[in-house]
Amino acid sequence: MTIEAKTWTRKDLLGLQELSAQEINMVLAAAESFKEVIGRPIKKVPALRGKTVVNLFYEPSTRTRISFEIAAKRLSADVINIATESSSIRKGETLIDTGRNIEALKVDMIVVRHSCSGAATMLARHVGASVINAGDGWHEHPTQALLDIFTLREKLKHIEGIRVAIIGDIAHSRVARSNIWALTKLGASVTVCAPALLIPPRIQEMGVRVTHDIADALSDADAVNVLRMQFERDTGDAFPQQLEYFKNFGVTEERLKKAKKNIIVMHPGPINRGIEMSSEVADGAHSVILEQVTNGIAVRMAVLFLLAQANHKGRKAEKKEMEGKEKSL
Amino acid sequence: MKILIKGGHVVDPATGLDGPADILVDEGVVKNVGKISAQDCSVVDASGKIVMPGLVDMHVHLREPGREDKETVGTGTKAAAKGGVTTVLAMPNTNPAMDEGRHVRRLAEIIQKTAHVNVLVSGCLTMGRQGRELCDFAVLKQEGAVAVSDDGSSVDDDRLMLEAFKKARAAGLLVICHCEDRQLSGKGVVNLGLISTQLGLRGIPKEAEYRRVERDIVLAAQADCPVHIAHVSCRESVDLIAGAKKKGLRVTAETAPHYLIFTEEDLRGYNTNFKMNPPLRSPEDRQALRQALKEGLIDALASDHAPHTESEKDIEFDHAEFGITGLETELAAVATELVKTGVLTWMDVARRMAYEPARILSIDKGTLKPGATADVVIVDPLKDWTVTKAGFASMSNNSPFVGRVLQTSVACVLCRGKVVFGNGACRKQA
Repeated sequence: MTIEAKTWTRKDLLGLQELSAQEINMVLAAAESFKEVIGRPIKKVPALRGKTVVNLFYEPSTRTRISFEIAAKRLSADVINIATESSSIRKGETLIDTGRNIEALKVDMIVVRHSCSGAATMLARHVGASVINAGDGWHEHPTQALLDIFTLREKLKHIEGIRVAIIGDIAHSRVARSNIWALTKLGASVTVCAPALLIPPRIQEMGVRVTHDIADALSDADAVNVLRMQFERDTGDAFPQQLEYFKNFGVTEERLKKAKKNIIVMHPGPINRGIEMSSEVADGAHSVILEQVTNGIAVRMAVLFLLAQANHKGRKAEKKEMEGKEKSL
Repeated sequence: MKILIKGGHVVDPATGLDGPADILVDEGVVKNVGKISAQDCSVVDASGKIVMPGLVDMHVHLREPGREDKETVGTGTKAAAKGGVTTVLAMPNTNPAMDEGRHVRRLAEIIQKTAHVNVLVSGCLTMGRQGRELCDFAVLKQEGAVAVSDDGSSVDDDRLMLEAFKKARAAGLLVICHCEDRQLSGKGVVNLGLISTQLGLRGIPKEAEYRRVERDIVLAAQADCPVHIAHVSCRESVDLIAGAKKKGLRVTAETAPHYLIFTEEDLRGYNTNFKMNPPLRSPEDRQALRQALKEGLIDALASDHAPHTESEKDIEFDHAEFGITGLETELAAVATELVKTGVLTWMDVARRMAYEPARILSIDKGTLKPGATADVVIVDPLKDWTVTKAGFASMSNNSPFVGRVLQTSVACVLCRGKVVFGNGACRKQA
């Protein structure tokens, strides 16, 4: 491995809002090396040997959790999965208490998914272990956006100047927010497209164009990221009827015919076939959905690796400082 | 024992005094203001300090009875004294709520036994604060309530609210309105706008507040009853209140120091000590509130002191309780952020935090003129202190000022002529 983590200083990955373009590119570059690793017959490197990673999932998730688990194992870390059904979380233990207990078990990294926006940020304030946000409420899902962009970069060779349309429930989507932060930082043009009630207020000020017309959104897009309609999140907000939605906003072969010839179709999964996207498109030539899943492992390996290096260095520095203080006493 | 407060800069909105003067206190009242030489009295050295009427904070949650794990009358009034507040109006969202005479009477007994400063009580508007059945205002008044409010909720039923104004007028009670249309605020936790969008949090639109402000002004006018609007947070509410005042309607309003100091921008980082209801709004709203307070369109500043335990506050943003403590920091914070920056004068502070709230509540407070109750706060405008979690007299520490340095300190506080706070540094025997 020739990855240099010299300039990476963050202990946590909580969102892409706070990352610079340079930092995002650093993750993408590291992911490229790790993608080579997972293509080998023996897909394992010793980078995180002796480290323990906990997947702390307060929301059901299969693919993100498995992706993190595989990524950690490919780096030789020990992995423990904690889900809401099988722990004291149900007994009303607070997130902070749970985090501190996990830390007391000498865990190095906590990958957390939570239904409340800001949960990862809060956890990171209270624990010394590295915290990776695997999705917090509607806020951010940084590794998903990083793998989306990694996939785009593989296909298009560059991100600057490309046009990306994000279609779907923008208001309740952490994937949309993380993509918007990162794509705009890297110089891509972003259009978001949804029915008016699924567009959050003043999102234009995040540097995106808003349209309610899918034909308009697709007209000049190099790639389209189709979001899952999160009907299970419906907690009082108005949602459009499913069929009505497909009719007006579903990504179909018909609609793609009017788009750029080589348009890339992405989806963070799991897909509601026939709601946000037709089966033909999901399985069609434009789709890179399964490549996204593969790339997710490489990107998450990169994130785990960089954070582990930074926190290791940080702790060393802390220790030195402490020793220095003791000496001066 | 007589007390002579000597050498301070006295600020008294009632008389317009804004200059050096001594104050002689005897038997709990102000005897004399002017150049006084010490004779047979204990002297408080106020040189270099500001001497003001003790603050009247008309929006305080003391939590007793029912949530004595958050605050009690004893700890809340100790916090008040420390912050320069000598009179508080206790909000009625206790358990039991102050919806019956016997509850008010019981609270009055607790106050009698444990309070360190003056405590006035607000009764509820409706039974159990449910917005369905009006309380017996005459009985609440008889037991000592000075106002009625369902603070924390608004009465949704227009006809019931109109009835409430009519009955409050007949009973001679001030109606204090928490203006919030729950249908519009819903499950929101921060101001609706760019910040709610970026943080992925549910937003509370300003309409939820100002449309209810508008309704309450209209209904109060219809009942020919005075109305006081609590915790104004946005420009639109200010405009409605200004319009009502222009028409000569008997509308008063308060805002809280946090709406003058912070904005929704402070929510980045998800610190729940910036989560309150109504929520912090935009910088433009903050500017409108500052201007309105300066001009008197907003009459008063009140803390909306809302203590919460750490297990209810230091949790996921969505789940954390609304509200922050304020009694111990309000004067110092206003001095630091608004007086030192030239937004307000000390006279403005005394007017908005003591004189006007006393007038709104029709109580004989908020002034230092001879004959007034000797409720006095002496402020050291040059002494810094750092707000720490461990430093609160309140049982709770959910304050957005934790970790900040405030550039003004409360040096000494007299309530009814008795020193209720002060480290003794400025006391000396004559």
